[in-house]
Amino acid sequence: MTALIQKPWIWAWIGAVSMWLIITIVTDIGAGAEVMSAAASFGTFFVIVAIGQMFVITLGPGNVDLSIPACMTLSATLAMKFMNGDPSLLLPGLLISLGVGLVIGTLNFLLILFLRIPPIIATLSASFLYQSTAIWSNRGLRVKPPELLGDFAVAKVFGVPFLTLAALVLTVAMAFLLHRTRFGLSVLSIGQNQKAAKLAGVRVERVRFVTYVMCAVLAAICGFFLAGFSGGAALNMGEQYLLMSIAVVVIGGTSVAGGFANLTGLWGASLFMFLLVSMLNTFGLSAGFRLIFTGAIIVAVIVISGRKT
Amino acid sequence: MRDKALVSMSGVEKSFGAARALTGVDLEVARGACVGLVGHNGAGKSTLMNVLSGVIKADAGHVSIGGEPLDASYDTARAASLGVRTVFQELSLCPNLTVAENLRISHPSIKGFGWRKSARNVIADQLDQMFPGHGISADAEVGSLSIAQRQIVEIARAFSKVESSIELVILDEPTSSLDQNTAAQLVAFVRSFVADGGSVILISHLLGEILEASDQIVVMKDGRTVAVDAASNFDRDRLVRDMGDVLTETSKFGGRASTKQNAPAVISGGELTVYPGEIIGFAGLSGHGQTDTLVRIFEASQGARNTLSVSEPAVFVAGDRQTDGVFPLWSISQNIFVSSLERLTKGLAINFAQAEDEAQQWQKTLSIRTPDMKNNILSLSGGNQQKALFARALGAKAPIILMDDPMRGVDVGTKQDVYEILSQEAEKGRALVWYTTETDELKHCDRVYVFREGKIMAELSGDDLTEANILSNSFDKEDA
Amino acid sequence: MQRFLTPNALRTLLPVLSLAALLGAIFYLQPRTMSYFGLNLLLNLAVPIALATIAQMFILCVNDLDLSLGAFISLTACITATWLFDTPFLGILALLACIAAYGVMGALIHLRNLPSIVVTLGMSFVWTGIAVLILPTPGGSAPDWIRTLMTLKPAFVPFPIIASVVIALVVHIGLMRSATGAVLRGAGGNPKSVERAGWSLLRVKVTMFSLAGLFGVLSGMALVGLTTSADANIALRYTLLSIAGGILGGGEFVGGRVSPIGAVIGAITLALAGSFLSFLRLNPDWQIGAQGAILILVLALRLLISARENRS
Repeated sequence: MTALIQKPWIWAWIGAVSMWLIITIVTDIGAGAEVMSAAASFGTFFVIVAIGQMFVITLGPGNVDLSIPACMTLSATLAMKFMNGDPSLLLPGLLISLGVGLVIGTLNFLLILFLRIPPIIATLSASFLYQSTAIWSNRGLRVKPPELLGDFAVAKVFGVPFLTLAALVLTVAMAFLLHRTRFGLSVLSIGQNQKAAKLAGVRVERVRFVTYVMCAVLAAICGFFLAGFSGGAALNMGEQYLLMSIAVVVIGGTSVAGGFANLTGLWGASLFMFLLVSMLNTFGLSAGFRLIFTGAIIVAVIVISGRKT
Repeated sequence: MRDKALVSMSGVEKSFGAARALTGVDLEVARGACVGLVGHNGAGKSTLMNVLSGVIKADAGHVSIGGEPLDASYDTARAASLGVRTVFQELSLCPNLTVAENLRISHPSIKGFGWRKSARNVIADQLDQMFPGHGISADAEVGSLSIAQRQIVEIARAFSKVESSIELVILDEPTSSLDQNTAAQLVAFVRSFVADGGSVILISHLLGEILEASDQIVVMKDGRTVAVDAASNFDRDRLVRDMGDVLTETSKFGGRASTKQNAPAVISGGELTVYPGEIIGFAGLSGHGQTDTLVRIFEASQGARNTLSVSEPAVFVAGDRQTDGVFPLWSISQNIFVSSLERLTKGLAINFAQAEDEAQQWQKTLSIRTPDMKNNILSLSGGNQQKALFARALGAKAPIILMDDPMRGVDVGTKQDVYEILSQEAEKGRALVWYTTETDELKHCDRVYVFREGKIMAELSGDDLTEANILSNSFDKEDA
Repeated sequence: MQRFLTPNALRTLLPVLSLAALLGAIFYLQPRTMSYFGLNLLLNLAVPIALATIAQMFILCVNDLDLSLGAFISLTACITATWLFDTPFLGILALLACIAAYGVMGALIHLRNLPSIVVTLGMSFVWTGIAVLILPTPGGSAPDWIRTLMTLKPAFVPFPIIASVVIALVVHIGLMRSATGAVLRGAGGNPKSVERAGWSLLRVKVTMFSLAGLFGVLSGMALVGLTTSADANIALRYTLLSIAGGILGGGEFVGGRVSPIGAVIGAITLALAGSFLSFLRLNPDWQIGAQGAILILVLALRLLISARENRS
């Protein structure tokens, strides 16, 4: 039991379960089941982007990808526009989406590398370019996905959304990548001490490159399926994913200072964040309060988990 | 009054985690005297001075300044009000401020209207008095000054007379970047300062300087004082002996024969050439480009394009463990196999069983003192952490080993073991490049490059490899 | 010539040169802007942007970054347009509380050794949330005295220019010339040594964040004085603008190197860049992207300068 309490991810899960219990008690068990199903669907999208963000944050202080929302929007917009509702173009559409992720990740990394600026500034300024490209390409319209993609995005296997299952498989694979492979250990070593990692022979720039590309590709894929799930690509579709990706990583027990990460917490934190908003909705709180609570909880978690000077 | 001790420390202890930095130190400093403090890196000198200047708190022991015992509330502000000023080993000026503004940082009494002018005058006068011909403007931004100039400013700042009293100045390695002329100016000033009743604690690796400037000398070793005597009773040999170096008959410079230059060089570029099987020493004053050169060799070995050509993979043994070496969240064994990840990868995953096995082997070979190699690296003492870093480098099986003053804080017994292992590795054909601040360690080298201001000034081997030659090439010849 | 074009001089000149180049281009494209009213119109938004940039500069000076500034200024604009207009006393109290909240944020970041990026990102949601509660739909009105101040028409020199000069000089004297300013900047350059000299880093952080809060409040008030109404998202883009302005003005992300005069010039340059882009008849889709591109361009220019520095 004490071993369980010391796990960094436990608090996210405790939070998620308590939120669900509150909702279920306030309403009824039927609503509780319904909200759980919704949480699994929406939480899946949070988890997909958060995995990429987690690897980036684990690289150490200053490493955050702020271009995730723009990347999601651009990937979804270009892919939906290309497919134009034609289900036979689904695979090429997905490839376009992946390509957008590859290009954005590479651009982000090149800016960081050549301008020698904090990644946060590089990804922030570049995200404005990506966003403009998305605006220019879709002219503010909602581009509908092919029906097949929409059906796929909401498909269920034994009552569990298919995408959720896929994301679970992805999580296991990523946990393997993080904890058992050369790449994962390299990321963790850079996050603890970049200079020491370089001197220990870790190919720091190569690893950072792969990490930023991976983050952008995951965001692009997430944007693709989210467009299918929510009936099209919209300009503001990625908006809440910026803070959400960071919040889910931090609440999930990954160190903001870098060098320490886990994937179990991502699921707990994703469910927690969704259920928290649902709970605030259940209590009839307005958008303003929801924003305040979300922000305050993130700050509180960081403050509590922060290191003392 | 003059005979009464200004500073009296007794039984001072301090530990950092498992590492015991001070194990019960006694130290007295008389008014109007300069105390020289010597000992190897890691002997505890800087830790002791940090306690005295209020930067860190001792775990146990008594300290009094001017007859007043210090309690737990003692800190840097209290130290300043008691007239204790410190020039720390690492530079502590703000690089984004001017020389005059930096004076203001350490002297809160400089304020109000016209403060810039008075600060400028005070520091300019002090510089003129201590280091005639220094050529530093009080309005220069510190970041634009050379390392030596910054050190001069820092020393002058500590001796500046502003409102607050000045009783004791602690100089921690003040001359590490200064040329001989400037260092002599400092020694002369210290003598006149103590003649006027002030007190100075001087830490330096340059024993001649210590002998010249001090009234009394204290030798530290492994966190305690091992010898205290009037400076006139010391000479160089006794200092070296007391610091714990056993000078046997066989240990002389150039003891290793240098006949291994038949294979093609593994490192070449400029004046620098290194052959397989050689142990190459980097000497010179600290901070004169030795570490930078090691890093450039390392980068070249990873494919970076610079002026060096390196034909084989290299590994790096960091000396500044916290900054360059240790991964603080990881276990000892993880810290060791991090450099061998490529070799340990079987299929997709790392073979952790093999990695742990190898770590166990290293624990035996280097006698790393821990109950379990899966414990956190920080549970080890400094010397044992350093052994783990050696294990990391040796385990990576690269033909070139670069060492950046790796013996800091390592005890004498461990050093002998490591010297033995290094010698064996060289026999096996590995090339070792070894930067050290301890001149005696250069006795283990085939050839020595002496650095000054980022450049190689001399290559010494055979009969030329003497302490006198190393020293004379470390300093600017015009000043010598 | 070579002696004068030192990297340091170039860094100081960069904001001035880019401003001159931009002004030249605008005058060339639209000669009518070369007049009192033309300049007044062009520089309309320079004052709130300059104040926001100064606010960000205080944070940059202590090696932090504020990603909530835009949301914060939106909030203070909302307070100005509602409470300060309706019940001035309550409005003043609320604005003071905003400044205090920034101070507390600085204290938290220092005491718990937190990454300012994540904390301010989280706080940006809190600020927006409060702003939405205060002003759910765009509206409100500017208090008369602010409106009067912001629309002053002094003789010969347009008000935005006078205001910018005053802001730059006041902050320059306070931060760059005063004895306290030296300590505040020193804490960005070498915090450890400032602490060893007996100064409280906590006090420094709280002071700098409170100053940022103060200038954020002033920025929000100035903005409402110009727009006469507010909404919860009115100044969101100020986050990026303030960072870009501070960096364009010669500030660095770490090391306490900042320049208030440069920051104000940088802010004016960015305010003009907006007008310049509209004169170019750039597709409005690319307006946001152009901001990002300008920031990247500025950073690239600075890199060239520091590359020169390393060579010399």
